[in-house]
Amino acid sequence: MDVSQMQRQLVDYTASLFREGFLDDQFTQLQQLQDESNPDFVIEVVSLFFEDSERLVNDLGRALNQPIVDFKKVDAHVHQLKGSSSSIGAERVKNSCIAFRNFCEEQNTEGCLRCLQQVKQEYFLVKNKLESLFRLEQQILAAGGSIPLVE
Amino acid sequence: MAITSSSAIDMVEYCGEDELHVLAVDDSLIDRKLMETLLKKSAIKVTTAENGQRALEYLGLGGCENHDPALTSSGVKVNLIITDYSMPGMTGYELLKKIKESSTVKEIPVVIVSSENIPTRINQCLEEGAQEFILKPLQQSDVKNLRCQMMKINKSCSGRLYLGR
Repeated sequence: MDVSQMQRQLVDYTASLFREGFLDDQFTQLQQLQDESNPDFVIEVVSLFFEDSERLVNDLGRALNQPIVDFKKVDAHVHQLKGSSSSIGAERVKNSCIAFRNFCEEQNTEGCLRCLQQVKQEYFLVKNKLESLFRLEQQILAAGGSIPLVE
Repeated sequence: MAITSSSAIDMVEYCGEDELHVLAVDDSLIDRKLMETLLKKSAIKVTTAENGQRALEYLGLGGCENHDPALTSSGVKVNLIITDYSMPGMTGYELLKKIKESSTVKEIPVVIVSSENIPTRINQCLEEGAQEFILKPLQQSDVKNLRCQMMKINKSCSGRLYLGR
């Protein structure tokens, strides 16, 4: 595949992620903040998000498996995850957190556990997608091409 | 046109203090990094703090409030404080209150950011003297707006934005 083909593939792939709701406008904001003085900004922030999310998901699992669930604590974790997913534009993860918080308010353990499953699913999906995106970008750069600018 | 001595001093002050400086407070590392990059992109210097206590310490309010101003003078200028609302320990609202209660730094405008759009919360902050309440995530347009506001305030009360520590 030549560089222009790869670039087209990247553009199409990125567009599909937006279309399918995995990413929202906030991700575009991140891309626009990246420049020569800050060339790895998006990957850095997204990596922080991956680390943060994995920790939070683990903490949530633990918290919900206590004999007596501390819903305030659970809600605090979900609030954090909602915040970070919102900050990087991971729309589906963010939305699954919104539903999650409702069950926290109702102190509904079953509901919370279901939401946790949903959040995990969305998280792994967007993680895979973003990793594919970054791989594509690296391939283009390695072939001497540049990343198409985001509109 | 003759330059009077007072306007010459103003010119020197203005040229020397051109760079805007923001103190950004948020417990989320991702959001701190985001705010830092957003602000730097608009040529604004940034200092970050991960909680209200650290922010107060930076502002010289961390310990005993009865310090002799003659003994301390960091010369650091803070044009604006941006703080997240929901933080463990001290909320952004509590931080705002402490800043407004202090004789030394109450003039520094404080902007509250929050992921939650709760009218009572917004009113509470504005009533306590917050400059503005902005919904997260912060955008480049928000920063441009804040930059304008900072420039205006800078011109009118520059001296009162310095930290004496």
